[in-house]
Amino acid sequence: MTILVIADYSNGAHDQKVLAPATLNTVAAAAKIGGDIHVLVAGQGAGAVAEAAAKIAGVAKVLVADNAAYAHQLPENVAPLVAELSAGYSHILAAATSNGKNILPRVAAALNVDQISEIISVESADTFKRPIYAGNAIATVQSNAAVKVITVRATGFDPVAAEGGSAAVEAVGAAHDAGISSFVGEDLGQSDRPALTSAKIVVSGGRGLQNGDNFKHLYALADKLGAGVGASRAAVDAGFVPNDMQVGQTGKIVAPQLYIAVGISGAIQHLAGMQDSKVIVAINKDEEAPIFQVADYGLVADLFEAIPELEKLV
Amino acid sequence: MKVLVSIKRVIDYNVKVRVKADHSGVDLANVKMSMNPFCEIAVEEAVRLKEKGVATEIVVVSIGPSTAQEQLRTALALGADRAILVESAEDLTSLAVAKLIKAVVDKEQPRLVILGKQAIDSDNNQTGQMLAALSGYGQGTFASNVEISGDSVAVTREIDGGEQTVSLKLPAIVTTDLRLNEPRYASLPNIMKAKKKPLEVVTADALGVSTASTNKTVKVEPPAARSAGIKVKSVAELVEKLKNEAKVI
Repeated sequence: MTILVIADYSNGAHDQKVLAPATLNTVAAAAKIGGDIHVLVAGQGAGAVAEAAAKIAGVAKVLVADNAAYAHQLPENVAPLVAELSAGYSHILAAATSNGKNILPRVAAALNVDQISEIISVESADTFKRPIYAGNAIATVQSNAAVKVITVRATGFDPVAAEGGSAAVEAVGAAHDAGISSFVGEDLGQSDRPALTSAKIVVSGGRGLQNGDNFKHLYALADKLGAGVGASRAAVDAGFVPNDMQVGQTGKIVAPQLYIAVGISGAIQHLAGMQDSKVIVAINKDEEAPIFQVADYGLVADLFEAIPELEKLV
Repeated sequence: MKVLVSIKRVIDYNVKVRVKADHSGVDLANVKMSMNPFCEIAVEEAVRLKEKGVATEIVVVSIGPSTAQEQLRTALALGADRAILVESAEDLTSLAVAKLIKAVVDKEQPRLVILGKQAIDSDNNQTGQMLAALSGYGQGTFASNVEISGDSVAVTREIDGGEQTVSLKLPAIVTTDLRLNEPRYASLPNIMKAKKKPLEVVTADALGVSTASTNKTVKVEPPAARSAGIKVKSVAELVEKLKNEAKVI
């Protein structure tokens, strides 16, 4: 059995491409399935990503498809490449990031197999668990596909070590340029705070913050704690903060050591994105708020008094 | 320009989900069903394109049980011109649904197909991408803005670090994210008018599509319950607990 993991990466400062941390969790899922693990890096000038991938513990080989067609991980071009490479692999895995979710179903359809989305555990080489109905039910799904196509929810698997491996790097693949899509531009929020999905502590705000300016209280607390900052859908829809901060069923899924929910009522769609956090703190002035039902520590208080005080004491 | 919108009948997003005692699935008996929220956004986007004079006809399609006609009527009340139900009793996988929609696309030849990015029941986030693969079309997934110009569409997408814009040749597939628009409510006169709009029912068999699956759901269980913790009385007590009991700061 050999497993192909599609590496995800983002464009960092000075267009330097950086391996997405969720790739490490995806390799961890592959290791649970068992067998040789190969990693595919599709891009243009993504040599740094390939080097990083070669160092991941447990990776036997890194395949690099370096071509202008793959520059922005456009699914119309990357999916045919992955489909072409799929021969000989038992599983194709990608992180359930926006790139993974964009590319992999296109691969599955090209291979005429059903995909299994966002697995949170590996039961055996063909059986996996995944949340459905916003995490209100957990389905056990078995696949009889010759090549199993799977996205991995990072929070379900502890990442493997980023260092320690020394995989061979091999160039592969003809260029697939479908010629039906092109990259126009990107607007990436610049922040010195840890990324939401990999932060050890996350502070999130909801409608209770009342406006975007009041998020400064959360930023101050977050900076003191070295935390990432998230938000509920209500806060994003109200325009308080940008959409990439949304935590929930259809936003980011996080599972930090500590999740501090501030002025968030706790709709099931929000809980779906954070209920696997190790410790949950809820601060809300409404003592009936559903968030208290999942919180390890609840504080019924006015957040505008509690947050500055908390910032002083931590 | 003809626009095709695909919608799904799902459990209403406000309903508390209960897993069946025999772990065969989720209990849907006597539960309120609605149009999937992302599909409402897809219908709204098509209606806005028509109001702008970009779309000339909106065809709405659903793959599902006979009762999905309710959601198709809702879409007609919101502004779609006609509806197609591909009737299927079984629980289909995203690939099977994508193949059935592809058959409708082949027949209707729309320039743009708009779908929700994911259904809130299966949480798969697959159908739009699969339909794009099967059709050989470009895909603009998780869309927060859609601009048609000439024979291409610019789609702004919600991605992990922010936003990305891609340009796709028409025909193309778009899947909606939450911020694309705010869906309207159907007015009573439009609900009445929708009853007279055409709604065609076809079977999956008649479309000549195989819905065989490589996936099998073995069981469905409730998630491990998180036990409720304690209430602290002050910020000072909270900090003390986090430092000494939970040891997370």
